[in-house]
Amino acid sequence: MGVLMDENSRVVVQGFGGAGQREAITGRNYGTNIVCGVTPGRGGQTIEGFEVLNTVREAVAKYDANVSLIFVPAPFAADAILEAADAGIPTAICITEGIPTLDMMRVKRALAGGKTRLIGPNCPGVINPAAKSRAGIMPVDVYLEGSVGVISRSGTLVYEAVDQLTRLGIGQSGSVGVGGDPIIGTSQREALELFEADPDTAAIVLIGEIGGTAEQEAAEYIRTMSKPVVAFIAGATAPPGRRMGHAGAIIAGAAGTAAAKQAALREAGATVVENPGDIGSTMQRVLKERGLA
Amino acid sequence: MKLHEYQAKEVLARFGVPVPKGRVARTADEAEAIAKELGGRVVIKAQAHTGARGKAGGVKLANDPAEAKQFASEIIGMTLVTHQTGPQGLPVGSVLVEEAIDIDKEIYLSVAIDNSPGRAVIIASSQGGMDIEEVAEKTPEAIVKTHIDPACGFQPYQGRQLAFEVGLGGEHLNAAAALIGNLAKAFLESDASIVEINPLALTKDGRILAADAKFSIDDNADYRQKALFELRDRSQEPEKELEAHDAGIQNYVKLDGNIGCLVNGAGLAMATLDAIKFAGGDAANFLDIGTANNPDAVVSALKIIGSDPDVKAVLVNIFGGLARTDIIAEGTIQAIKGGHVTQPVVVRLAGTNVELGSKILDESGLDLGRADGFAEAARMAVEAAK
Repeated sequence: MGVLMDENSRVVVQGFGGAGQREAITGRNYGTNIVCGVTPGRGGQTIEGFEVLNTVREAVAKYDANVSLIFVPAPFAADAILEAADAGIPTAICITEGIPTLDMMRVKRALAGGKTRLIGPNCPGVINPAAKSRAGIMPVDVYLEGSVGVISRSGTLVYEAVDQLTRLGIGQSGSVGVGGDPIIGTSQREALELFEADPDTAAIVLIGEIGGTAEQEAAEYIRTMSKPVVAFIAGATAPPGRRMGHAGAIIAGAAGTAAAKQAALREAGATVVENPGDIGSTMQRVLKERGLA
Repeated sequence: MKLHEYQAKEVLARFGVPVPKGRVARTADEAEAIAKELGGRVVIKAQAHTGARGKAGGVKLANDPAEAKQFASEIIGMTLVTHQTGPQGLPVGSVLVEEAIDIDKEIYLSVAIDNSPGRAVIIASSQGGMDIEEVAEKTPEAIVKTHIDPACGFQPYQGRQLAFEVGLGGEHLNAAAALIGNLAKAFLESDASIVEINPLALTKDGRILAADAKFSIDDNADYRQKALFELRDRSQEPEKELEAHDAGIQNYVKLDGNIGCLVNGAGLAMATLDAIKFAGGDAANFLDIGTANNPDAVVSALKIIGSDPDVKAVLVNIFGGLARTDIIAEGTIQAIKGGHVTQPVVVRLAGTNVELGSKILDESGLDLGRADGFAEAARMAVEAAK
């Protein structure tokens, strides 16, 4: 099992340039079924052993692709996501950073009620270590097969949390980077729902950030969950009103502060970590307390 | 990117949102001339990217052109210090000279992005002129909202509905509803992230005017909003950040502490600031180096950090995904050997190509603080800064 990615995932890489090719190779070496690349106008070429096609529709027809990993540059990324959806791809994972918010607004509206789940944009992607299935940019060496799910707005903090867990011998059932932009396809709450429903997941690390109210919405769901959640909110010491890298990470109003988010998560029953160096050790303690380790 | 009030009003006026008569002046003489042209009393408003300008002495009411000139000469060139600017304040390079209006009623009106539904939301309140956060806390029932469907766009009923709800029905209904529609259009066509009119003034002579305006534009849309991005006023941005941006480092924010940080990824960069705080120190900056696919980008970033007089120690914290730790290691060594960083440096590398990255550091012959973990790296950097 695991979430979103498994042994049956067949990944097409949209935007088969430098980064797309590199990550396709890493994925293939890891054991993931990367079926082809798509770059409009480059159809017919073979690059690094991957066939390049012109459209996602062709990738679905020829390889039965069911995951699209998107590296298309920001001005064209919204179009690429919609192309994946139109081709019937059930899981579109968009790595691209810097997509205008209004573009994502239209994408979100277009995907609503449809069959395509979008992860990201501005995210590190999804991995399932047990299935060796990876659609993203995460380093694979830090992962260890196990039962902790990791959800994060930030890419590098996924790696950090996973590394801390792995060093303590705690494996992961998967990680989902939901993305650092204001408008994203799959919320932290929805990612929690996926791990809650996954029989291979025993506990979840949730890594939020300042800005917006997504962590409060996640907290509402945590209240109803059977599995323990360890949460960290990045940006507790960030000054208000300044955009801290991620377009979504800007404190506007009381709800956007780390303190407000931590309080909501605590109140909902999550174990909140304040020092980012303590994510792994806190999960270790929680697993022991719950008899899950 | 933020616009000045006068720029915001020019944009709004172009979209049919009525604003008071007035123009920007960069000298006291210009201010006097505009005041003469407008006749009667005028308001002189400091143009700086901050609210609460009135309390800080940046807004004055002038009874005649001579007074307008006097006030403008006082305000132009001043440093405006408000709770939003921090103690260093912001320079004032110009003033908006505007007809003084007699206000009968103040309304709050804004458009912003509501992240969760992924839609633009129009927010209005009958409690204009106040901080909307405060209104939300004390009288949440006084705030009304309506979301714009990205598929079919703003609909006229939404403008009418809000107008009625904030008490702009009756004779003002058509003007108010049209204004709200035009504001929505201005927001969407400008790739705005927030447009706030506070207050929207109902004047004693029966006009509805945007008496103040804040306008921020999505930085990701710079490639298609070129005209708006030409309005950028670099004097309103910290010098160190401009230097970083000119060197191609977009995600740099100057902070008050003494530990310079070079990190990849916004989340890890924020968490690094948090870890430094936990170790008893304070970061001098936020810097997300991103993918950094060549050592030169790392050298440029370390030049910015190393030349910051506040920086007493440097922490390089990299968890390579797309970013390669070997490139970071090479860039770090080049920056130190090139004399761009003379402060003690603590490096923590993990992730992509970490063996190679560590080897490059080992063989550099440089005296670097090396940490395996994140918290440990922060502790070492705090110690080194003492």
